[in-house]
Amino acid sequence: MIPRRAFAGLLGAGLIAPATPGLAQDRTGAPVFAPVRPGRSLTFPADHGAHPDFRTEWWYVTGWLQAQGQPIGFQITFFRIRTGADTRNPSAFAPTQVIFAHAAISDPAVGRLIHTQRIARAGFGLAEAKVGDMDIVLDDWRLRRVPDGTLKAYAGDQAFGLDLSLAPTQPPLLQGERGFSRKGPRADQASYYYSLPHLKVSGALTREGRRIAVTGEAWMDQEWSSTLLDARAVGWDWAGINLDGGGALTAFQVRDQQGQAVWAGGSLRGPDGRTTIFAPGDVRFVTRRQWRSPRTGARYPIARDIQARTPAGPRVWRLEPLFDDQELDSRPVGPVYWEGAVRTEGGRGYLELTGYDAPLAL
Amino acid sequence: MVLGEWRAQPGRTLAAILAIAVGVGLGLAIHLVNRSALDEFAGAIRSVSGAADLQVQAASSAGFDEDLYPILARLDGVATASPVVELRARTDGGEPLTVLGLDPLRAAAVTPNLLGGGAVGGGGEGGVTTAEAVFDLDAITLSPAALQQSGLRVGDQVRLSAAGQSASFRIVGILEGVSGDRALGVIDIAAAQWRFDQLGRLHRLDLRLSPGVDRSAVERTVQANLPAEAALVTPQSEMRRTESLSRAYRVNLQMLALVALLTGGFLVYSAQSLSVTRRRPQFALLRVLGLPARGMLGQVLIEGVVLGLAGAALGVVLGVALAELALRLLGGDLGGGYFSGGRPPLVFTPVAAAIIFGLGVAIAVLGSLFPALQAERIPAAVALKTGSGESAETAGQPLPWLSLGLLAAGGLAALGPPVGGVPLFGYGAIALILAGGVGTMPWLARGLLGPLRRLRSPAPPIALAIARLWGAPRQAAVALCGIVASTSLMVAMAVMVTSFRGSVEDWLVQILPADIYMRLDPGLTLDPEAQARLAAAPEAAAIEFRQSFNLRLSPDRPPVQVSARGQAGAGAGEGLPLVGRQVTAEGLPAWISEPMARLYDLSPGDRLTLPIGPGAQAQVTVAGVWRDYSNQFGALILDQAAYTALTGDAGRAEAAMTLAPGVEPATAIEAFRARLPPSIAGGADFAEPREIRAVALRIFDRSFAVTYALEAIAILVGLAGVATTFSAQTLARRKEFGMLRHVGVRRGQIMQMLATEGALLGAVGALAGLTLGVIMSQVLIHVVNPQSFNWTMETRLPWPLLASLAAALVATSAGAAVLAGRGAVADSAVRAVREDW
Repeated sequence: MIPRRAFAGLLGAGLIAPATPGLAQDRTGAPVFAPVRPGRSLTFPADHGAHPDFRTEWWYVTGWLQAQGQPIGFQITFFRIRTGADTRNPSAFAPTQVIFAHAAISDPAVGRLIHTQRIARAGFGLAEAKVGDMDIVLDDWRLRRVPDGTLKAYAGDQAFGLDLSLAPTQPPLLQGERGFSRKGPRADQASYYYSLPHLKVSGALTREGRRIAVTGEAWMDQEWSSTLLDARAVGWDWAGINLDGGGALTAFQVRDQQGQAVWAGGSLRGPDGRTTIFAPGDVRFVTRRQWRSPRTGARYPIARDIQARTPAGPRVWRLEPLFDDQELDSRPVGPVYWEGAVRTEGGRGYLELTGYDAPLAL
Repeated sequence: MVLGEWRAQPGRTLAAILAIAVGVGLGLAIHLVNRSALDEFAGAIRSVSGAADLQVQAASSAGFDEDLYPILARLDGVATASPVVELRARTDGGEPLTVLGLDPLRAAAVTPNLLGGGAVGGGGEGGVTTAEAVFDLDAITLSPAALQQSGLRVGDQVRLSAAGQSASFRIVGILEGVSGDRALGVIDIAAAQWRFDQLGRLHRLDLRLSPGVDRSAVERTVQANLPAEAALVTPQSEMRRTESLSRAYRVNLQMLALVALLTGGFLVYSAQSLSVTRRRPQFALLRVLGLPARGMLGQVLIEGVVLGLAGAALGVVLGVALAELALRLLGGDLGGGYFSGGRPPLVFTPVAAAIIFGLGVAIAVLGSLFPALQAERIPAAVALKTGSGESAETAGQPLPWLSLGLLAAGGLAALGPPVGGVPLFGYGAIALILAGGVGTMPWLARGLLGPLRRLRSPAPPIALAIARLWGAPRQAAVALCGIVASTSLMVAMAVMVTSFRGSVEDWLVQILPADIYMRLDPGLTLDPEAQARLAAAPEAAAIEFRQSFNLRLSPDRPPVQVSARGQAGAGAGEGLPLVGRQVTAEGLPAWISEPMARLYDLSPGDRLTLPIGPGAQAQVTVAGVWRDYSNQFGALILDQAAYTALTGDAGRAEAAMTLAPGVEPATAIEAFRARLPPSIAGGADFAEPREIRAVALRIFDRSFAVTYALEAIAILVGLAGVATTFSAQTLARRKEFGMLRHVGVRRGQIMQMLATEGALLGAVGALAGLTLGVIMSQVLIHVVNPQSFNWTMETRLPWPLLASLAAALVATSAGAAVLAGRGAVADSAVRAVREDW
């Protein structure tokens, strides 16, 4: 989804000349980004790999861990950004692709996020997103798919490290029209998007040098696109919830200045695999409670109801955060936003809230 | 009592204090200037290398293969590796600057100070918006000095030339983290590789280590992974290299300052000796009144301490002022040419100041020790009875075995090896020879005056003068020691500098045989086609094209200069000022400079691997050693054809042109310039050997300006010492003059006697000083210089200077004696005689 995609969006805007033809003209050698069109069918494992012709791409893993009986939320995220750098530059350092990654844990005992991030220009095998299957490297951080289909993830620094195996238990969930996911009123405002819900997690969480065995359940999104948000958009909300019994709920909305949805969407996959795709009018985010960040002053609607029209009639999921302060400050590379572990009756997942501190300048 | 004595002899006391002050002041000033310069230089290094824990540097400007980057980045213990392309560039306005091509995302973790406000990690407000410039390949961030120098502003376009290419960049920010006057520009590494033809090459890898790793273990792993064309440099080794740059020069100056202090010590000695002698009755009276002998010793020593404290305190003030002045006038290297550009702010180091202060006091006390011991031994009864200020001279002076022993020890010390690159034994030899030489003075004075006694019926005043000097040689020696010390040191320095300058002049003639020399700006080269066009000029009889670059052979040593030269058909060694033997080399011959031979312990026939060419393993054989004063850290000459074959580099940036008969240099330069490609013509400098020689000698003189100043100060202190000592001695002889008047000697005759005495003493001092100085100069020439700077020279004596020095000494001595005598003889004869009874 676009949400987590906060980084990608901003990196795209900040680091890279926009892909609009108008700007591409003043520099010959500017890259031509591949468009996102409906009708392309996703094939795996090739589509687990990178799509370097597109402007932005992310692999976004979020989930809940059990560490010594305590719940801890985590996220490991890798972004690939194709820049506007002159494609004629033959240097191996030519910054045509940038890899950015982010890791955070939400420990209620700490009461706020512990996070760390990395960024590098792709090249020399030190930072690469492989084509053909999932294998993203950023120095010693890595997210790759091994032959049995399990995802292996490592990310961390001195303060904490996540060394996880994420085993799929279900086939990929194709969002939108078989993986073509609209993000705005214009037809070209779209992305390719699939999710891997109900990943079975095992591995270790290292904190201050102490290694703790963990288990848990996670969710992975992979999404790639060349076109970003609608001009009216100032931010977005996203939630991905692993429902007990094997169901998966995805919901997102793109908001305008007034907080109204410019676009919305999502899906509900039942334990039996039957999937309902939400049209913009099918899904709504309703705020129950806001939390004000003491650091940035931003007010985040951290307790939400997700209302959706489903084949079985209207449903409401009451999302409650694991704890309030899950604000993530990724400046100067990325924005300030809220990305936190949430639970609902009969499910657990992650909620992302962007554009509340400052409108995302695009 | 102490005060009373000093009030009575203000001149002498002042001279002693001044001598100590000058020594302390010079020592401190030289130390402070160097400290400040080194701090500034180290700061400059830090600002360019950022906060990197370790640095891998290319052995030459050709860089190393970029594949080293991922290899080192993946090593255990290396947290981040930041690749750097480093180029010497020039703006379109002609100002030189260093251009660094960085990957800002890597540099942010290793060398954040090399990034401007526009980069990631710069922490600008609003966060993400500051990331705009990160990958802008047309953007450049300039250091404040580079902006100021070029007169450009943020937002302007600037065109840079480097490595023969040029490209235009937009100035997007200021490198606030780069302090001082370092002209630096930072562009993206991909732009640097692409725009300046450096694809696949890097010049530096800045490494940040993981916290808590064993640093030396990482250094070893890194070292094990380096190709020959790259070397590991730690901030420590970089600092060492910086220090080694100027170390020898600095130590030499420091030693000179200590020598000035030593001269001060001799002056204190002579002042105190005279004072003790003069006060014999006073001391004797005190003894009779019951003061123990220890008390005399104590009093004289306390006088020494007070003199020392006053002198040293004055010296510290003087030193700080001198350092400030020197930094302002000469720059941080005292004119030595070691640190380019920049007037560093003064850094005061209290510890060093305290040490030099203590040294000043110690030398003053030491200078007082012998007179004090003498005071202690004064036999009360005898001293009281004679009532005379004169010491009882023992008649026949034995040969001064101790002094001869010191001289011999000095000779032996001169044979010692350098200690850590500093000729400590050489300086020890100078000190021993000085001490021994001064010690032989009484004996020498008698020996020199002996023949005069046999003069047949000289005029009475002259006879009187000779008789007196012959009869009291120790007192004469006391008067002489200060002047001998300062004269000999000055002569030694003067002989060394003259020899050096003469050798440099000869060398310049030898090394610059062509009529015109051309050099291109950094980054510009002439391809073979351009070379051929130039060589075809009818104005030229022959043109030798050259290429030179710096090559680092050892991580802790400054790079050596490698030059490819030689005309077709003639060896590159042709025309070089070769010293020692030559061999016909098997394989590739290389001619190395004298400093290189000494620094790297190479001699003709030895083999050497140069990190150039494919595989960076060029094997060369030393064919000969040539004299070189231009590069203290070593230079190496390769045959140009062999160089091209080795490296594939056919470009040349320098040329030596021999003109066809009858062609005027100015006309030829016009013609040559017209034949250069238009893009290069503006970046070509032509010079005639005459100009080059003048510039070289100007630089030489500038770098010795401080030495000259030190010499002048030493000699002035010495002359002041002579003047005050003579005045004192003369005034002390009032009753003697009264006596002479009584027996019928006329006032004029007494003056003549004094003038003769002064002149004779001056002559003896000059002779002794010159002899000792020439001996010491040989230590400087054959021990200190080769050991410090790795070059040799031939002795030349500055006769006019030596002669005028001798004349000045004789005149000053005679003049001082006469001036003092006028006062002493003015008293009525009766009063003068009565005074003592």
